[in-house]
Order: sequence, then structure tokens, then C-alpha cells
Amino acid sequence: MSLKQSAYQSEKKIIPYLFSSLMWCGGALILLIFLGLIFELCWQGRQAFSAFGFHFITSTTWNPGNQEFSAGTALIGTLVSSFIGVILALPLSFGCAYCLNELLPQRIARYITAATQLLAAIPSIILGMWGFFILVPLMAHYVQPFLKHLFGPVPYLDLLFSGGTFGVGILTAGLILAIMITPFITAIMQEAFANTPTMLKESAYSLGATKWEVMHQVILPWVQKGVVGGVVLGWGRALGETMAVTFVIGNAHHVSWSLFMPTNTIASLIALEFSESAAGSLKMSSLMALGAVLMVISFFVLFCSQLLLKQVLKSR
Amino acid sequence: MSLFHTKHLRMVSVIGLSFAFFAVVLPSAHAQDTATVTGVGSSFAAPLYQNWAASALKDINLKVNYQPLGSSAGQNQIIAKTVNFGALDMSTSVEQLSQANLVQFPTAIGGIAVVVNIPGIKENKLRLTGDLIADIYAGKITKWNDPRIVAMNKDLALSAIDIAPIYRADGSGTTQVFTSYLSKESEGWKKSFGSNTSIAWPTGMGGRGNGSVASMVKNMEGGIGYVEYAYALQNHLNTAQLKNLAGEFVSINEDTIQAAAKAADWIHARNYSIDLIDMKGDDSWPIVSTTYVLIPAFNKDSKEVTKFFQWGFSHGDEIASKLHYVPLPIVVKEKIAKTWEYAGVSSTDAKTK
Repeated sequence: MSLKQSAYQSEKKIIPYLFSSLMWCGGALILLIFLGLIFELCWQGRQAFSAFGFHFITSTTWNPGNQEFSAGTALIGTLVSSFIGVILALPLSFGCAYCLNELLPQRIARYITAATQLLAAIPSIILGMWGFFILVPLMAHYVQPFLKHLFGPVPYLDLLFSGGTFGVGILTAGLILAIMITPFITAIMQEAFANTPTMLKESAYSLGATKWEVMHQVILPWVQKGVVGGVVLGWGRALGETMAVTFVIGNAHHVSWSLFMPTNTIASLIALEFSESAAGSLKMSSLMALGAVLMVISFFVLFCSQLLLKQVLKSR
Repeated sequence: MSLFHTKHLRMVSVIGLSFAFFAVVLPSAHAQDTATVTGVGSSFAAPLYQNWAASALKDINLKVNYQPLGSSAGQNQIIAKTVNFGALDMSTSVEQLSQANLVQFPTAIGGIAVVVNIPGIKENKLRLTGDLIADIYAGKITKWNDPRIVAMNKDLALSAIDIAPIYRADGSGTTQVFTSYLSKESEGWKKSFGSNTSIAWPTGMGGRGNGSVASMVKNMEGGIGYVEYAYALQNHLNTAQLKNLAGEFVSINEDTIQAAAKAADWIHARNYSIDLIDMKGDDSWPIVSTTYVLIPAFNKDSKEVTKFFQWGFSHGDEIASKLHYVPLPIVVKEKIAKTWEYAGVSSTDAKTK
């Protein structure tokens, strides 16, 4: 009996110990992988950083023939396309989440929620192909000529909508990104909407507030955090998206004011050039450096949004 | 306590089962009586090598594992000797070959088609010159009804559609060949852009791989692009006629590619580094290239590789033609057999030894 008890005692000591050490290992491993990744990207990219210096980020030339590489074009393309994606996705997912939680009857909303979640599960290459075969011709034949016609006579704005209407370009890429990130933002917003206390809403209604007033004055302040969180998550995904963007962005090394012009993003540039870059070459090093730049932007976006979130929470 | 025991039992059984699984799988992976060679490289040549490999396995009991990772990958990996052969779309310099102790030989010939998408223009009717194409890709000609294009195509009704030049966005041997052609045809192009596997295109948009360029041209009104001949056929694209060195307008097909291959001086070409662009002859298609294989010299495994390609040269012409490659002229095949003997990698000595 005493033997059994002592075995039990030692087991009681060992198992929690094992458990906590395993958890520690898990946590430390994540940190190590993270640091290792940054170190590796910077280390592999050192050749490019030392060859081009700060010009690597500011310059927009990409000429493999002359061994000139830079991140400028792809950096702008990444930021602008993901920004367009977020701007387009934000009202879409807000409307979707509001509609699902407040307006539609529970029975129907359940199915639509499932559908949006399925949309999130679509592999990006499928969306890319869909974008290329369906969206690009639609943009070329209807949307881009319409926008050109609409904003053509407006000074300054016409710059944004100049150039050939071939369907590909940064606007189409932004549109695809918007479709990709809408389900993510919607899911988080729905969570936030669901967490709004019913008491608050009911009391507002009982005071005679309209739906608009309740949304604007009660729900919106309550879900701010969810909205910002959803945007961050969506933006993070949009920044690193590769395949879908590659299909529709046009893959050109040009910076232009026009939203119709083909350009490039960091992720799609790396995917395109990787297989034809010799190991140890300046080009490979530049691609690694591009990867490091992309990581830095992602952190920056996350960091800024965290800061923003804190400000928003403090002001309440 | 009894729960604890069953947990243990489960763990033991999982470990035991996984061991049993590996015990079954591993020996079967080792037990191969057929020789295996691995190759990496050009995606252009991939359909040919893979089809040859499938037939060669039955005929000469040789397994060829070919991975189309791109020409640069083929070159890197054969220099590092991690594979048995590397496949490239461009020739390697003599210095590099001797430094890494490699033997180079061509395996097949292919043509690059210039494809266009202009509504109302019938198949293979548009006539272009290298100079015009260079100016289109340089952004100097932007409409299909540019006077210079119209002057060459008086019988066609060309409308004022914007030209969308489409190129390979990934580094590729096809781009290398196409830009060498443009450099040869236009001084201006040579000076400002030159030729490389990927260059700083001044205008237009890029697609990933031959297939993507083909579908972009198909999808985009006013598009012009360059793809391997097989892709132009498979996608039913509208090819353009080009003016060759003799001043004739020729359309791309097996005969015109073959004509260019025959016009080349294979006998004097060192290491088979031959330029098949702008060959003489009235019927020669101007943009033709060879695809090469690199193997280590004086190496036992290379004999297996040459055995495979020997089989391909003697039995694989039909497969090659079906896939729209042009087989090598017979003189070249004979010369390659001599090269193999000289480099000590001929498969015939493998049998005698």
C-alpha cells in the first residue's frame, strides 16, 4: 500500500514537471523559430544590403542584366494593393457582419455564416485562377472603361485611372485581396457584434432610438476593438498573399500613379524569381532581403495597429 | 491505475506499428533492380524527357526521374553534382564546363512563336519583323494600327486597339532566346535592354511560365506574347509571321524550325554552343533554340544517362515530333555519340566493361 502511495506521489511530482517543461519548450521553440527566421533572412540578404545600401528600399530599378535589384516597386505594390484590399473589404465585412447578427433571422444567418467561413477556406490559387479568367475580362471590358469615363475629366483623379484597360493591375489585385480577406474580417466582427450586451441595445431601442442610431451610438463604440482586430488580421494576410496576386497584378517592375497599371508585390516577386536565381548570387540575396523587408512591414503594420488599438481603448 | 496502463499500451502499440510500417516500406524502396538516374532543369524540355523516360523504362529498364525546376536550378545542381544530369535551355560557357568537368550536348530543338490577340485578324495572317517587335516591347509602338505595322499588313483591317506586350515574369530560357533575337534585330534594343533570362522590361505585363503567357494573350484583347511553339498550338493561339534573314515572311511550323536547324553549322560548333537565331535559308524560322543536357565527364553514372539519351535519339524522334519538338539532325546525333566516347561516358563501353 505504502509502495503504491509513494509511486503515486512521485507520479504527482513528475507529470506536472513534464507538462510545464514541455509547454516551456513549445513557447521557446516558437520564439527561436521566429528569431532564426529573421536572422536567416537578414544574413542571406546581407550581400544585397551591403551592395545597394539604403537604395535597396528607395530605388525602383530591377534589372537582372545589370545586376541591379531593389525593393521599391514591390514595396509600393505590396502596400498599395493590400491597402486597396482592406479599404474595399472593410465596409463589405462590416455590412456582412451587421446584417448577419442584427438584421437577418437566425435561421438564414446561420447558413450565410457557414458560407462566409467556406469562402475563407478557398485556396488562394483557386481565387487567383478565378480572378484571372473571370475578373480580369470583367475589369477590362466594363469596370475599367467605366472608371476611366467617370474620372477621366476630373483633374488629378484622372491620373489614378489612366493607361490601357487590360484588366490586370493593382486595382484588380486589391479586389481579389478584398474578396480573400473579407471572410476573416467578417468572422472577427461577428464575434464582436455578438458580444455587444443585449441590455444596452434593448435599452437604446426602448428610448426610441432607430436602428441607425443604435448601430452608430451603441454597437459601433462597442465593436471598435473587433473592427481594428479584424482589419489587422486581414491586412496581415493581404501583405503576404502570393498566388492570387501573381495571377492578376501583371508582374511588371514599374511604379505608376495609375491603378490600372501592372506592378508587383514582394511576395509574388519572390515566388516568380526564386526558381531561376542561382544560389549565392546577388539576385538570390536580393530576394532574401525582400523577404526581410516584407517581414519588417508586417511587424510594422501589426505594431501600429496594436498602438492604435490601445489609443482607442484608452479614449473610452 | 488501470487507465494509466491502457495509455501505456496504446503508446507502445503506436510506436510498434510505426516501426512495423517502416520495416515494410523501407526495404521495398531499396529493392530496385532497375538503374535510376535523376535530372533537374529546363521546364521547356520536361515533357520530352518525361515521355522518353516512360517509354525507356519499358524498353531498356532504366528509370529516369526528371524534375523541371528551371534552367538555373539544373546548372546549379549539376555543378554541385547532386543530380546525374542537368538540363538547360542555353549553352554553358567553355570555361564553366571545363571548370566543373562537364560535358554538354543538345537533345532537341524548339521554336518560339510570337502570338497575338487582335479581334478580326485571322490565324497566322499578321506579318511582323524583329525590329517592330522590339519597338512594341520597348513601348515605342502602342497601337495596333501604328503606320509601321499597317505598312507591312496592307491587306488587314487593323483597328486602334492598345497593344499589351506580355512577357515571362519568371526567369526563363525562353526569354533569353527571345531577347537575343530582339537584340540581334534591333540595335536600340541591344543597347537599352540586352538579353538575359529576365530583363528590365520597360512596359507591358508578365505571366508565370509559358502557360500563363499563353492564357494572358488569349484573354487580353490587343495582347502580344512569345511562347514555345507547343504552347501556341495547344492554346490555339494566333501566331504571327516573321521576316527571316532571307527577307521572306515565314510562319512557324515543324518544317520551318527544321529548316533553321539544318542551316546551322553544327560540325564546327564548339561544345555544340550554337546560335540558331536568324539562320540563313528562305524557309528558316528566325527564333529557334536548342535545349542542352550537362553531365559529368568520366563518371559511371553518366553512362546510364547517355544510355537514356542514346535510346531517345534512336527511338524517341516520333515522341519528340508528337510533342512538337524538332529532333536533332542525324549528323549532330553522330557527333554527340563521338563526344560521349571521347569523354568516357559512352553507354557502349559500359556494356563491354
